[in-house]
Amino acid sequence: MNSLVLTVLTLGVLGVLLAVILYFVAQKFKVEEDPRIDEVEKMLPGANCGGCGFAGCRAMSEALVTRDNIGALFCPVAGGEVMKSIAGYLGKAAAEKSPMVATMRCGGTCQKRPKVNHYDGALNCAVVNTFYVGESGCAFGCIGYGDCVHACKFGALSINEETGLVEVDPDKCTACGACVKACPKGLFELRKKWPKNRAIFVACRSKNRGAVVSKVCKAGCIGCGKCEKVCAFGAITIDNHLAYIDPEKCKLCRKCVNECPTGAIHIVNMERLPKEPKAPKAPATEVKSEVKVETANKE
Amino acid sequence: MRTFPIGGIHPSDNKEWSKDKAIEVLGLPDEVKVTMIQHIGAPSTPIVAKGDKVLTGQLIGQATGFVSANIHAPISGTVTSVDAYPNGQGQRRIMVVIKREGDEWMEDIDRTPELKRECELTSEEIIAKVRNAGIVGLGGAQFPTHVKLSVPDGQKAEVLIINGVECEPYLTSDYRNMLERAEMLLTGVEILMRAVKVERAVIGVENNKPDAIAHLRDIIARDNYAGIEVMPLKLRYPQGGEKQLIAAVTGRQVAPPPALPISVGAVVCNVSTAIAVYEAVQKNKPLIERVVTITGKALGSTHNFLARMGTCVGDIINLAGGLPEGDVKLLNGGPMMGRSVVDITAPLIKGCSGITVLSGAEAARGKEMACIKCGKCVAACPMGLEPYLLSKLAKLQKWDMAEEHNTIDCIECGCCSYTCPSYVPLLDYIRIGKQTVMTNIRARANANKK
Repeated sequence: MNSLVLTVLTLGVLGVLLAVILYFVAQKFKVEEDPRIDEVEKMLPGANCGGCGFAGCRAMSEALVTRDNIGALFCPVAGGEVMKSIAGYLGKAAAEKSPMVATMRCGGTCQKRPKVNHYDGALNCAVVNTFYVGESGCAFGCIGYGDCVHACKFGALSINEETGLVEVDPDKCTACGACVKACPKGLFELRKKWPKNRAIFVACRSKNRGAVVSKVCKAGCIGCGKCEKVCAFGAITIDNHLAYIDPEKCKLCRKCVNECPTGAIHIVNMERLPKEPKAPKAPATEVKSEVKVETANKE
Repeated sequence: MRTFPIGGIHPSDNKEWSKDKAIEVLGLPDEVKVTMIQHIGAPSTPIVAKGDKVLTGQLIGQATGFVSANIHAPISGTVTSVDAYPNGQGQRRIMVVIKREGDEWMEDIDRTPELKRECELTSEEIIAKVRNAGIVGLGGAQFPTHVKLSVPDGQKAEVLIINGVECEPYLTSDYRNMLERAEMLLTGVEILMRAVKVERAVIGVENNKPDAIAHLRDIIARDNYAGIEVMPLKLRYPQGGEKQLIAAVTGRQVAPPPALPISVGAVVCNVSTAIAVYEAVQKNKPLIERVVTITGKALGSTHNFLARMGTCVGDIINLAGGLPEGDVKLLNGGPMMGRSVVDITAPLIKGCSGITVLSGAEAARGKEMACIKCGKCVAACPMGLEPYLLSKLAKLQKWDMAEEHNTIDCIECGCCSYTCPSYVPLLDYIRIGKQTVMTNIRARANANKK
């Protein structure tokens, strides 16, 4: 009995003594941290995706609080509204960026771009890229083993079993840019996000000449230049036998879509213009909310 | 009998398919496509244009730096295009296409078959000739030979090692060269000894080629090739790796990159390279042809061809009975280190010592299962690395950790993948890790320079 009391007493006294020491040490070595960092971190999405360029949300909020000019800092996941409210809380000017969305620029489906060999190594796009051009003959097209899908932290990417291509869900995509880094073929681009998830882009990255492209893929850009000529806004440029639509200049008039002989220009959530364009209708109201990729076949 | 100290495997060598086939001179192709990248280093610049007439042996691709190699016309005729065409991996590379007209050679090339043994040239003159002839390592690595022979200031070569190991299964081109062109080989070795200023040369040959060892020893004794020794080595893959061969012959270990073999006093050359050096120095003949093995169980017939560079791979296979029915895997090289060929319109390149044709069933990989941490890959790695770990790190993109665990030491021999009971594609991932780490190291070095 005596030893029991003694033990409890010793430990109790020891505990109190150490607590007192710890209290004074904590007071002495206290790290002064701006309490706003915690607040800002709560306002950020907490995805720790690195899309802002910092190691995580904590690092981003530290930068937001400590830097005087936060014009260069932007969280693509949170978007403009949240950045504004953070800037308002901190009393600084927020960066203004229009919303972006990742776009996968390859239209070579299994049907349009048949496989010409069989690969049975590690199922990883980067590995395939170290070996050779890939199972189709196109050196620029989607390999389809989903390095981007694994890299996406928001579940916005998926592989369509039927086409063999990667699809982007624009509602889930936060434009963090992880897929842009992950794709060994450089197929992803962060493009302007139009209202109602509309989009227009050239679904091809092949810099080969038209004759070479059409041998391996029926949906590739052959660099014919028809779209460049028809575009009234100078939004389309052709470089290395490849058309590119500048989203900042494009007005979504869709004239180029009808011109393209291979259907390499894809439109999302929009109807095609009628074959003989008379008066452009306003198709916006009929748009479904789900993603629909219209491959513009030549009729 | 000597061999390298750690790791290694014993794959069945499958050389019986083509080892008894004498070298056949392949008829001149009607058209050749000559790639401007047939070596490690900067691509060569084409110096001919469409419509130009070229003679056999004429320079058509100029080396663009020290680590680069000249490229010569393998046939005479007219240049029909200089454009991008697919190589064996389907990647488009700049190639010079020559349509053959007759068979006219450059005048300074000595085409007589007699052996010319006397060589009074100095080391610098030999290296200059080797450089002009565009000779690269013909064992498969395609490293420019003049770079190897140029011993840096302050370092001294002690021994020249000639690689007659040919540890890669299936291939027999070096073996046939040792049997049929031994005199040229040994004279080439003498010239190489002059070039790197050594008194001793060792030809390493694995003991599965006893007739090559005996034949070379006979010729050395008969014709008094002083200082050249043939060393039988115990059969083990990858003995033909440069560092493994140095360890087997001299017992010395080359430090990890960027250290070169010369740091332990060794210069290593392949037997086919030695023959090319002989032809370049004594006969003024640039590197325009090589012995290439066409082999595989699935093929109608197997051959050892002496073929011109740029010959279409598909045409060569047609001479061996054409592609077999069903799925086939074509390899530029042997099954361990060869790169698979997906486009048979691709041309023959300098580093292609053989074309191995495997049927779909032979080439199929097992289904990947989970790593059971058995450690077989660690035991098999001839560089003393931990392949299971490097592969995992590359998969997880932990590049800095991969660098700490010396992923750039990997020689890509494939022993780890071969030995893995779970069929994990270890080397596939290690290769990306190695490439990324190398890129990172180079980027850091460039940043430090600035």
